[in-house]
Amino acid sequence: MVLQPSERYHRDWSHRRLGPWCSPTGSPAPLSCETGCGEGSWILVCRLLVPTQVSLLSMEEDIDTRKINNSFLRDHSYATEADIISTVEFNHTGELLATGDKGGRVVIFQREQESKNQVHRRGEYNVYSTFQSHEPEFDYLKSLEIEEKINKIRWLPQQNAAYFLLSTNDKTVKLWKVSERDKRPEGYNLKDEEGRLRDPATITTLRVPVLRPMDLMVEATPRRVFANAHTYHINSISVNSDYETYMSADDLRINLWNFEITNQSFNIVDIKPANMEELTEVITAAEFHPHHCNSFVYSSSKGTIRLCDMRASALCDRHSKFFEEPEDPSNRSFFSEIISSISDVKFSHSGRYIMTRDYLTVKVWDLNMENRPIETYQVHDYLRSKLCSLYENDCIFDKFECVWNGSDSVIMTGSYNNFFRMFDRNTKRDVTLEASRENSKPRAILKPRKVCVGGKRRKDEISVDSLDFSKKILHTAWHPSENIIAVAATNNLYIFQDKVN
Amino acid sequence: MMLSKGLKRKREEEQEKETLAVDTWWLDPSLPAVAQAPPPATSSSLFDLSVLKLHHSLRQSEPDLRHLVLVVNTLRRVQASMAPEPTLPPMPSPSAAPCVADSLLASSDAALSASMASLLEDLSHIEGLSQAPQPLVDEGLPGRPAGGSPPSLGALDLLGPATGCLLDDELEGLFEDIDTSMYDSELWAPASEALKPGPEDGPGKEEALELDEAELDYLLDVLVGTQALERPPGPGR
Repeated sequence: MVLQPSERYHRDWSHRRLGPWCSPTGSPAPLSCETGCGEGSWILVCRLLVPTQVSLLSMEEDIDTRKINNSFLRDHSYATEADIISTVEFNHTGELLATGDKGGRVVIFQREQESKNQVHRRGEYNVYSTFQSHEPEFDYLKSLEIEEKINKIRWLPQQNAAYFLLSTNDKTVKLWKVSERDKRPEGYNLKDEEGRLRDPATITTLRVPVLRPMDLMVEATPRRVFANAHTYHINSISVNSDYETYMSADDLRINLWNFEITNQSFNIVDIKPANMEELTEVITAAEFHPHHCNSFVYSSSKGTIRLCDMRASALCDRHSKFFEEPEDPSNRSFFSEIISSISDVKFSHSGRYIMTRDYLTVKVWDLNMENRPIETYQVHDYLRSKLCSLYENDCIFDKFECVWNGSDSVIMTGSYNNFFRMFDRNTKRDVTLEASRENSKPRAILKPRKVCVGGKRRKDEISVDSLDFSKKILHTAWHPSENIIAVAATNNLYIFQDKVN
Repeated sequence: MMLSKGLKRKREEEQEKETLAVDTWWLDPSLPAVAQAPPPATSSSLFDLSVLKLHHSLRQSEPDLRHLVLVVNTLRRVQASMAPEPTLPPMPSPSAAPCVADSLLASSDAALSASMASLLEDLSHIEGLSQAPQPLVDEGLPGRPAGGSPPSLGALDLLGPATGCLLDDELEGLFEDIDTSMYDSELWAPASEALKPGPEDGPGKEEALELDEAELDYLLDVLVGTQALERPPGPGR
């Protein structure tokens, strides 16, 4: 579904190809076989715009008839800064895709169900639920405005019919329950059909209310609010594999929560120095091990990763493992520390590796080897000679995320000019793709892009100096089992799928 | 001072489309691998840029700590490299260069270090000002943490608001005004005593009460950030 902000929503099917590339059971075939990630085999499934005005929404006849919660939509008829997507996350089955934006809103998309009539529709994602997760707040005591921007969303594994997710802004984490309602009770005795109380004197008979089907309604309710535990800005949340606890990390501290308890949390990491003037390092990201509920990692602004074991002590001040790559003397500059600052850390699905993203590279580390990564991929090394300008315009502080595919064989991360990069760990091939409206022609496969670093520029290449640094892909997500990816470019959400011939 | 492009506020997402010129590296002069040491003018412009960024960052109501720390660390690196090095190869540029570096260091180093140090220090001192619990801004759930481990969670350290609009010397002045001595009996006692019936307490007490109320008002105004910083009425501090 392609949604334009200033015109009627319409569905643009023209770039759909038949047959998503995936084995029938849904398990991903390795990217390197057949088409490979270096041969432009990705197609645009749909481009979604976070809806900004409900009156523009025209419900197509065969599109979902779910009611979209319209009380939180904005008045503007154009995309605003509030619509800038700030986080993207698939749930554990890949059926749902959640986005958070700067305006504090969460929009959940649901995968179109496979049907015999419209087999080409499979792989489409449509709006499932929209709700306002966080509101702007004002801390009167400190005279500070607290941004409503959603920094992270993390899904809980599904345990019943409802879906649960955690969403967080700078200060407060909330647990949301998203559930469907397709029946409602009718035939109350004391209320009439509009809900007004009936005069008891008029009631002469009793009846038993019955559940009758109704139009599907998706409702989101906040079930828990975990507040007032972070002095600094929350950058990460991570659900533990025990499904009972989760952690939230800010610049200097990491807290452990139990989902059921909102008025207290355990502080498990604290790197705040006794004298703030000695502060030289902050926490940048943190994540629980996918299988071992006692282990987690956190990364720092100095390019280090620490693995901690919560069994060792209540306060994990001493790490179990310390990952750091020695600095390359030939590459040293005043900006060495800034570009080594890790912006994202992710465990592989297997739990054997961690992947880190710093300004210029993505690195894969083996948990058993602390002194250097086992793989390093250059994302946009042509920027190395431009660090001073990037420092001047603050781009050097951009925080890019990175993701694994379902089988841990391919990793993906974003870059500038709406480019994003994929690296196949097995074949060592890589590809640069672009998420942009102009380049998504109908029926065309995404063409690999190339940046020309010097000398003669070929016809399709783009020179470094022409890159648009305001168009950055910071947030991407990969379906847990299929080759479907979601790429956030400002207020657009692109969904791409690998195709099979 | 090099300022070729305007620095933007952290929240502005729209970056103007820029074409980047190719820049030289700034390499550590003590490295034997370095072909040539950076000209002092470039280091100093990086220094100025970093100082500007630092001030800009501190002006934010709530500075991005990561940004702040990275800029400070870079600034320290640049500062260290600008210190006169005996191993520096002889520079072809005139004697003006070391003078520039020296004067920059002299003028900004002490003040910068002092203000940075005091600023970061004072960020943790503000904790003492806020004894009241945080206002409940959510759905009414009490959010007072009482963690099962150390006091680090019980006593929330606060990044004070006042720091956002201050630089250098004014910072010292602000926190001189708001120190714990204002909370001692000297401030509160006259007010409470004035409430008791005391025929012999004449205009003297009332006068003291007036002054204390003015001080109290000023203090509250500063805490909620509604008042521009100015010297409070009252005995000199």
